[in-house]
Amino acid sequence: MTLTAVLLLAAGTYAFRLAGPLLGGRITVSERLRHLLAVSAAVLLVALVATGALTQGHGFAGWARPAGVLVAGVLALRRAPFPLVVVAAAATTAVLRLCGVA
Amino acid sequence: MRSLIRTLERATLRDIALVCLADALVGVSFGAISVSGGLPLWVPVAMSVLVFAGGAQFAAVGVVLSGGGALAAVVTALVLNARLLPFGFTVADALDGPRWRRLLGAQLLTDESTAFTLLESDPRRRRAAYWVSGLALFAIWNVAVVIGAAAGGLIGDTDALGLDAAFPAVLLALVLPALRDRRTRTAALAGAVVAVAATPYVPAGVPVLLALAGLLFAARPTGPAAPPPGAASEPVPGSGRSDRLAGEVRR
Repeated sequence: MTLTAVLLLAAGTYAFRLAGPLLGGRITVSERLRHLLAVSAAVLLVALVATGALTQGHGFAGWARPAGVLVAGVLALRRAPFPLVVVAAAATTAVLRLCGVA
Repeated sequence: MRSLIRTLERATLRDIALVCLADALVGVSFGAISVSGGLPLWVPVAMSVLVFAGGAQFAAVGVVLSGGGALAAVVTALVLNARLLPFGFTVADALDGPRWRRLLGAQLLTDESTAFTLLESDPRRRRAAYWVSGLALFAIWNVAVVIGAAAGGLIGDTDALGLDAAFPAVLLALVLPALRDRRTRTAALAGAVVAVAATPYVPAGVPVLLALAGLLFAARPTGPAAPPPGAASEPVPGSGRSDRLAGEVRR
């Protein structure tokens, strides 16, 4: 991760943020584009969850990590508080590894 | 600042504090994972101040740590952050004022600050909710990342603590509410299958972008007047995090 990459990402992100407050009421984002951006974000997030939980490099990450993420998913579905979801995922994975599950 | 805080109800302030606590945990994991993964300390710290978007930061660092190129990292993170564009239009009124204030306030735009703003209808409270949640999160996020980054150098093996599970767990919790919409869910699952299947064969970072092929499933119209996900009941259509936060705050 070079400084250029960080700055590029920062500048692009800031541009997304600033457009609304600067242009205010003069432009409105169409409902279609709004919907497409929302679905794109969901698609990317789920893909990040799947690859982040299951893969490491070009291979399988082992069972401990996806198990932790699964526990988090169940807790989140049951509307557990956010801090608990995070801690439970890490704890599950850590305990499984302690027991020798990769 | 004090008058802004007094404008808000106690319950709102408590909810903001709870979200800050959750984000602090995520920030610590982010800093620790970045540094123990081999990145220099300044990278997570600079990213947190300049980019200030948890999901995108994790995504970018994840791509780099798994051996991907910087370009793939930036593109992935920018596509994720594109959702901030409509958010900005949604809360623009809360940032009304002199130009310097808009330039400064824009950096505080996140899923969370958008969600808290949308929960208020009175203009004064909308403004207060935006600035209080935005400033609090900015401060706490950056402090947490510095602490995590410093600890990451000492911990060495973050895997033993299961910290590598924290990031996908957080994202899953964030995105779950958006998946109540059937077409979004279909698109996301199709995309995830593509991403995982492609992982052994393409450079790191690319699989997640390939997942956007799943959008083909979302674009197919299923009915003449299908509303966007949660258009009626949710303040921010389809944004996982905001939906979730809004749900929490309403309870």
